[in-house]
Amino acid sequence: MDNEPRQEEGIVLTDAQKRRRRERSIAIALALGILVVLFFAVTLVKGPAVLIRPI
Amino acid sequence: MSVIEQHSVEYSPLIISEAGVSDYIALLKPRVMSLVVFTALVGLVIAPGHLHPVLAITSILCIAVGGGASGALNMWYERDVDALMTRTANRPIPRGRISSSEAAAFGITLAIFSVATLGILVNWLAGALLAFTIFFYVVVYTMWLKRWTAQNIVIGGAAGALPPVVAWAAATGSLAPQPIILFLIIFLWTPPHFWALALFRSDDYARANIPMLPVVAGPDATRLQILLYTIVLVAVAISPWPLGYFGVAYGVSSVVLGAGMLWLAINVYRRRTGTEANRAARALFKFSLLYLFLLFAVLPLEVAANALMAMVW
Repeated sequence: MDNEPRQEEGIVLTDAQKRRRRERSIAIALALGILVVLFFAVTLVKGPAVLIRPI
Repeated sequence: MSVIEQHSVEYSPLIISEAGVSDYIALLKPRVMSLVVFTALVGLVIAPGHLHPVLAITSILCIAVGGGASGALNMWYERDVDALMTRTANRPIPRGRISSSEAAAFGITLAIFSVATLGILVNWLAGALLAFTIFFYVVVYTMWLKRWTAQNIVIGGAAGALPPVVAWAAATGSLAPQPIILFLIIFLWTPPHFWALALFRSDDYARANIPMLPVVAGPDATRLQILLYTIVLVAVAISPWPLGYFGVAYGVSSVVLGAGMLWLAINVYRRRTGTEANRAARALFKFSLLYLFLLFAVLPLEVAANALMAMVW
């Protein structure tokens, strides 16, 4: 069995690119989290009929 | 070599995003966004009736994000001229931090989410007004008016004037004279504010081939227009007091601040050459920000004072 570390294939990101990708991922997760909390909180405020209303 | 193998090696070079979170925040134009949030907050506070704090926060958040989406889409469309102007050359797209397609995708996503969230969670009048605001800023102002006519910021100013109207609609589900007055004040404030900026940045606009008034009609015609718009602005800003829409504190503030605005506009009109002219334009530009801020800040204070007096008496 070959124990040598395998060379990564394809496009290899630099450390800076990996760090920024991680930052972006965390920001997207936070934004989605805020959206979920917002919808949940408004459902509590308005009740389950939040979507039933005259346009 | 098969056709598939041949095509598999002839791919276009993949661009890896270098954008950090701060670059995306810069795309939202935080300074413009802060003005949008502030004016919307005023519209929300002075609206009659009670809006649950969760719905109030939701409304302001959606209006802020919608404003940010407009900024991102504006930067996406303006990327070529932004690179030519000193004031905008450091923006994320001309600096190469964010690709234009990333900015467009970001702006469109935020626009859809902000409008849909405001419509679903608060009401669809507010959602529709926010959608119209984004459309007006991006399509009517940025894509159509800005590079076509010297009246660009006069008509385009409507987009920046709408946030308090959206907020009022979010709070009440309807419209009334008060938010229309707030709209008119910001609408009439926009030309003197931006033309004062354009007077001391006219080289920038000329280089980018943007037909701002000082570039097209010359600085003297711009000075006259600034003075005329300021006279109308001050009169309209004072009018809600005698008409009975806003109280004494607002009335006195609008007169005092209006006098300052008028004085600086007259200075701009009279001082036409050298560093004095430049200084006068800069003074008006800076004071106009303070003028709008203080004029709007008085309104929630007045509402709070009235509520306090009603509790005491």
